Amino acid sequence: MSGLLQVNDLKRHYEVHVPEGLFGRKASLKAVDGVSFSIEKGRTLGLVGESGCGKSTTAKLVLGLIPATSGTVEFAGTRVTARHDAHWRALRRRMQMIYQDPLGALDRRLPVITQIGEPFEIHNPEMSAAERTERSALLMDSVGLRPDMAMRYPHELSGGQRQRVVIARALALEPDLLVCDEPVSALDVSIQAQVLNLLDDLRERTGFAALFISHDLKVVRQMSDRVAVMYLGRIVEAGLPEDVFRRPQHPYTKALVSAIPTPARRGKRERIVLEGDPPSPVDVPSGCSFHTRCPIAQASCRNEVPKLVESGGHAVACHLVNAGAAPAVQAAE
Amino acid sequence: METLLSIKDLAIDFDQGKRFVRALHGVSLSVAKGEVLGVVGESGCGKSITWLAALGLLGSRARISGSVQLNGQEIAGAAENDMSRLRGGRIAMIFQDPSSSLNPVHRIGRQITEALKLHRGLTGASATAEAARLLDRVGIANATRRLREYPHEMSGGMNQRIMIAMALAGEPDLLIADEPTTALDATIQAQILDLLTELRRDTGMALVLISHDLGVVADMSDRVAVMYGGRVIEEADTGSLFDNPAHPYTKGLIAALPDIDGPRRRLESIPGTVPAPDQLPPGCSFAPRCAIASKICDARMPAFLPFGDSHSHFAACVKCRDEVTTEAALPSEVKRSLVPA
Repeated sequence: MSGLLQVNDLKRHYEVHVPEGLFGRKASLKAVDGVSFSIEKGRTLGLVGESGCGKSTTAKLVLGLIPATSGTVEFAGTRVTARHDAHWRALRRRMQMIYQDPLGALDRRLPVITQIGEPFEIHNPEMSAAERTERSALLMDSVGLRPDMAMRYPHELSGGQRQRVVIARALALEPDLLVCDEPVSALDVSIQAQVLNLLDDLRERTGFAALFISHDLKVVRQMSDRVAVMYLGRIVEAGLPEDVFRRPQHPYTKALVSAIPTPARRGKRERIVLEGDPPSPVDVPSGCSFHTRCPIAQASCRNEVPKLVESGGHAVACHLVNAGAAPAVQAAE
Repeated sequence: METLLSIKDLAIDFDQGKRFVRALHGVSLSVAKGEVLGVVGESGCGKSITWLAALGLLGSRARISGSVQLNGQEIAGAAENDMSRLRGGRIAMIFQDPSSSLNPVHRIGRQITEALKLHRGLTGASATAEAARLLDRVGIANATRRLREYPHEMSGGMNQRIMIAMALAGEPDLLIADEPTTALDATIQAQILDLLTELRRDTGMALVLISHDLGVVADMSDRVAVMYGGRVIEEADTGSLFDNPAHPYTKGLIAALPDIDGPRRRLESIPGTVPAPDQLPPGCSFAPRCAIASKICDARMPAFLPFGDSHSHFAACVKCRDEVTTEAALPSEVKRSLVPA
């Protein structure tokens, strides 16, 4: 069966100019390079990875905000294209998104209740002003904003309250899919927990599916039914959060999971510290793109791109793991 | 342990034009030689300005009172000349965003040798050689070539290594690291934290690690101070703080943090938001958000008193002690020590 959102071999390459020699040279930046996943109705897929791995580009491709180089995105059985016509707008009302910076996503010159009601104005122009205000007030209540905040402007609210406004607005049209791109990264710990709990409650109540993107493994684990780990434009490991984070298979995921300092892990240092920085997406290494930093890489990793092989709901893209020959990654210290 | 730097009753008021707003309400902290002090708190709690004020970096709009002593010598209000010898020399500081701390139009080498000239009087070839040694020390390969590069030619993690190399140029006794890994990716953060640990082990310098990330602080620190609303509300050695937190705010912070191991649980959030510095409640500044607050909490700011049977655990909370004593969890001699002298 196909899910609500079906993404197939999605690619997005940018033509860039690399300074080299006198005139530089053209190169291709592979932001997203063959990503496939699906999200069932009402489920949440978490996407984690470091900066530049293509998480946010994937989000934009899914919503049809930018055209894909190749590959398809299907939402509820119809193709999502980047042509912004009536068909796309009809789809977009069922797919909403939340960004990291709520102040950038809100209009500084409009009171928040007007902004929360704006989706009604756009997608349901027949709705009377009185009903719009009433529905907006209900939404404010559902995200935990007090009625007296309705006429405030974004700068008069705290970061957490602003993010609640953005969430209320995104949920106004009862979307089937919510794309959350780093929704809590700009918030303090205590506020972050409030917003995560709010999203959790709203998901239970309204049943939206979500693509949840974050660089923070702890947050993704908290929110997701399934997770996918990205490295340089490709998914390297995917599965249930319990499997992926407790028993990571791919050497990159292993290093990533071991690198997270938490109060509970204090004193028990068995961090795997990777050498060097992630390579630039302009010069993706040949073969397995992780081989340059991989502690267990072998000669074959340099030549052949590993496929994402699934067994028992846990998919890994690593030659050594899939051949059943992965030596244990030795923890540093 | 010998005290290296001690801050006593440090208060900061910011000039807002018509009035002064108090941002720091009498903070006392000390760092021993070779110790790692973690400072945690949410944005606006005063964790950064405490150390900026100690180094005289807050500018003319801040009115500072209190005492800052380095090796028993008063440095608060010291002459600018003396302070600039101190900064980068005895005490070095690194910040969250390395690329904006480095000068984009000068080569790395020039920026490091500048610090070497100022603090160690090295010039010419000996300065360049020392700069290359420092880059090598912080794990940058091809040091001599890198010295001729500009900050934009390097990644964020590399730039943070360069900042650390510059901080090491003056052979400091104390390094103040203000959110040193917040702008970095998880795998790079692990590299930088390991580097800091290694350098500390080799040089024996003390480290003040300011961070909002409880995980980073728990991992690195010997002792942790938790700040809220311009005050230190709890201070203890790391084990005691995370295993047996006293203040409801500290407890709340720990419970609000999603975990990576163990079963998934619903997060416990702290209701409300951090009050603005000019709108602090009259009593305990955490009282409006606190689940166990009562009338006493609104009356006045609770004193910073010892907690539990450890002599290094302090908390500024009236209720946390009530809870423990009513549970009769304390041995009798500690109960006695809790009676205010």
